[in-house]
Amino acid sequence: MNTLAFASLLLPAFGSAVTFAGGRDLRHVKFWSTAPIALALVGTILVAISHGTGGTSTETYTIGTAGEFHIEIGTRVSGLAALTAVLVAAVALCVQSYSTSYLGGEPRYASYAALISLFTAAMLTVVYAADLIVLLIGWEVMGACSYFLIGHYWEREIARAASIKAFLMTVAGDVPFLFGLIALGVQAGSFQVHDVIASADGNALSHPGWIAALLLCGVLGKSAQFPLHSWLPDAMAGPTPISALIHAATMVAAGIYLVALLYPVFVLAPDVLVVMAVIAAITMLGAALCALAQTDVKRILAYSTVSQLAYMLGGLAVNGRSQAVYLLIVHGFFKALLFLAAGVVIHRVGSNELSRMGGLRFRMPVAYTTMTIGLLALAGVPPLSGFFGKEAVLGAAYNATGEFAVPGRIVLVAGLITAGVTAAYALRLWLGMFHGPFPDAPHEHEERIEAPQTELIPLVLLAIPAALLGVVALFGNGFSQVVGGASGESGSLLGAFAVDLWPGGMTTLLSLLFVLGGAGLVYLFWRRDPKADPAVPLLGSLRGLLLDGFRFDALIGLAVVRPVRAAAKLVAFLDENVVDAYVRGSGVGARGLGTVLRRLQTGSVQFYLTCLFLGVLVMAAVYAYVGTVS
Amino acid sequence: MHALYPLILGALLFSLGLYGVLARRSAIAVLMALELLLNAVTLNLVAYGSILRDRYGTGQVFTLFIITVAAAETGLGLAIVLLLYRQRATADLGVQRELAEPVESFGADELAATDDYGVLR
Repeated sequence: MNTLAFASLLLPAFGSAVTFAGGRDLRHVKFWSTAPIALALVGTILVAISHGTGGTSTETYTIGTAGEFHIEIGTRVSGLAALTAVLVAAVALCVQSYSTSYLGGEPRYASYAALISLFTAAMLTVVYAADLIVLLIGWEVMGACSYFLIGHYWEREIARAASIKAFLMTVAGDVPFLFGLIALGVQAGSFQVHDVIASADGNALSHPGWIAALLLCGVLGKSAQFPLHSWLPDAMAGPTPISALIHAATMVAAGIYLVALLYPVFVLAPDVLVVMAVIAAITMLGAALCALAQTDVKRILAYSTVSQLAYMLGGLAVNGRSQAVYLLIVHGFFKALLFLAAGVVIHRVGSNELSRMGGLRFRMPVAYTTMTIGLLALAGVPPLSGFFGKEAVLGAAYNATGEFAVPGRIVLVAGLITAGVTAAYALRLWLGMFHGPFPDAPHEHEERIEAPQTELIPLVLLAIPAALLGVVALFGNGFSQVVGGASGESGSLLGAFAVDLWPGGMTTLLSLLFVLGGAGLVYLFWRRDPKADPAVPLLGSLRGLLLDGFRFDALIGLAVVRPVRAAAKLVAFLDENVVDAYVRGSGVGARGLGTVLRRLQTGSVQFYLTCLFLGVLVMAAVYAYVGTVS
Repeated sequence: MHALYPLILGALLFSLGLYGVLARRSAIAVLMALELLLNAVTLNLVAYGSILRDRYGTGQVFTLFIITVAAAETGLGLAIVLLLYRQRATADLGVQRELAEPVESFGADELAATDDYGVLR
C-alpha cells in the first residue's frame, strides 16, 4: 500500500518531467499531462480503500543524515492522507483534462501542463510525506509552481506583480515555518511524522507553544489567512484552471492539511488555538464581506476561498479536526467546480466582470446547473455537501468545552454571521451571472454558447461529489473513524473517540436563519432592479472599502513595502558609496603607486645596475650590522 | 707575500670595474669593465684558495671556469655591441632608452580603457 502511494506520488512527477522534456512540442502533452494523473487517481483510491479505517502505515528509506538526524524518503498513509490524496488527484485530473481544451491551443500549454503535474506531485508529496523535511520540500516546490503558474501570462504586468506577491507573501510565512519544523524535529528527536506525533501525544515537547506559533505562520501564508491573505485574490491573474487547482486541492489546502496532520502539537498550545480562532474569525468575516463587494467573478470566488479556509482553520481551533478535514474535502470539490464553471462562462462571455454577464441560464445550461450546485453547496443549503461541512464546523465550535471554549465562542459567532454573508454573495453571483438581462456583450443572439465537451465533463464529474458528499455525514462517525478522530492516531492524547459530523439542532437552525436572511436581503434588492448590482444599495458607502479588500494592500504598502524600499535604498547607498569606495580606492591607490614606481624605469641599464649595487650594499650593511649586534 | 696584497688588488680591480660598468657610456668600455669585475673575482678566488690552503684547488678550478665563461661572454657581448652599432650607428649606452616607461604620457591610455570602477574594459 505504501509503495502504491509512493507510485501515485511519482506518476505526476514523471508526467511533468516528460512534458518538460518535450519542450514546446505540443503533440503528446495532452496524453502525458492527463494519463499519469489518472493513474495516480486510481492509485490513491486503491490506497484509500486498502487503508480502510483508523491507524497509519509508514514505510521509509533513509536517504541522508543531517547531524544526528536522518532524512528519510517514504510514505506515511493515514486516513487523513488517503482521503486528501484522493481529493488532490481527482481535482488535478479534472483540471488537467479541462485544460486540454481550455488552454490546449496556447503556445505555452506544454510548460503549463508540466507545472500543473509537478504541482500535483508536490501536493501528494506533502500529503504522503513520512518525514517533515520531505514535507517541506513538497511545500516549497508548490510555492515555486504557484509562482510560475500565477505568472503564466507573464507578458501582463498584473500577472507578474501577482506572482511575485504570492511568492513573497507565502515565503514570508515559510521562514518562521521552517524554524518551527526544525524546532519540532529537534525537540521530538526525529523528523519522522509518526515520531513527532508520538512525542506530542506523550507531551514530550518542551516549547509546544512556540513551535505551534511558528508553524501557524507558514499555514497563514500558504492558506491565505489574515494577515497574509491578500495574495490569493491577486492570484486570479493566472488562468482559471490554475485558480481551481490552487484554491481547491493544492496550495491553500496544504496549510489546513498541515495543521490537521500535526494537530497534537497544536492541541498542546491553547494560546495559539485562541490566536488561530481570532485570525479565522477576522478572515472568514472580512473575506466574505469583500466577496460581497467584488465585481470580478474570479475575485468573488477567491475571497470566498479565503473565507472558507478560515472556516476550516476555525474548526481546527475548536478541536474539530475531523470536521475541518471534512469541510476541506467537500470544499475542494465544490470550489474546483465553481472555478471551472466560472472559467467556462468567462471564456464564452469574454470578460471577468459580473456586470458583463447575466441571463446566461438558457444559453449555458450545463455551466448553469453545475454552478448552481456549487453555489448552493458554498452557501450551505441543506442537502448539499457544503451544508454538512459548515454545520460540522459550527457544531464543533458550539460543543467546544474546556480550553476550547473561548475559541469556540469566537468561531461560532463569526461563523454564523459569515454564513449569512456567504449566502448573500453566492446568491448575488448566481443572479448576476445567470439571471436578469443580458448586457451588451458578444453573443447577443439567443442561442446556446455552450463550451466543448472536454470542459463540461469535468464540471459534471465534480458536481456529483459536490452535491452528494454530504451523505458521508449521514453515516454517523464513519468519516471520523477514517480520518482518525480528534488526533489522527488511536491511543493519543485526546483518546480515540470519533466525532459525529451530523449537524446539531441549535447551530443549524441559527445558521439557516442567517443564510435565509443574507440571501433574502440580496434577493429583495435584486428584485427592485435586476439590472443593477444588489451589493451597491446593500453595502452603501462601505462598498468602496470592501472593493479594495479593506485597503489592506495599502496598509501593507505603508507598513512593509515602504520601509523595505527605504532599507533597500540605504543598502544600495552603502554598497555604492562605502563598499565600492574601498574597491575603487584600492584600484586608484595601486595605480598611483605604479605611477611613482614607473618614474624609476628610466630605460638606462646603468641606472638599474647602480640601483642593484646600492641594494646589495644596503643588504650587506644590514647583514653586517645584524651580525655585530647578535 | 702578505695575503693582503692580492685582496687589495682585487678590491681595486673590482672598484675600477664597477666604475666602468656604471659610469662609462661606451658599450665596449662597459664590456671591458665587466672583464675587470670578473678578474677581480677570480683574483679573490685564487687568493683565498691559497690563504685557506685549499687542498683541492676549488678556487683555481672556478677561476678556470670563469675565464672560459668570460671568453664566451665577451664574444657574445661584442656581437651584441656590433649589432647595436650596425642598427643605430652608435654604441653609446646613454641613448639606448627604448625600454623606459613613457612617464609623461602614462595613465591617459589606461584611464581611457577603464570604466568608472577602475576595471579594464
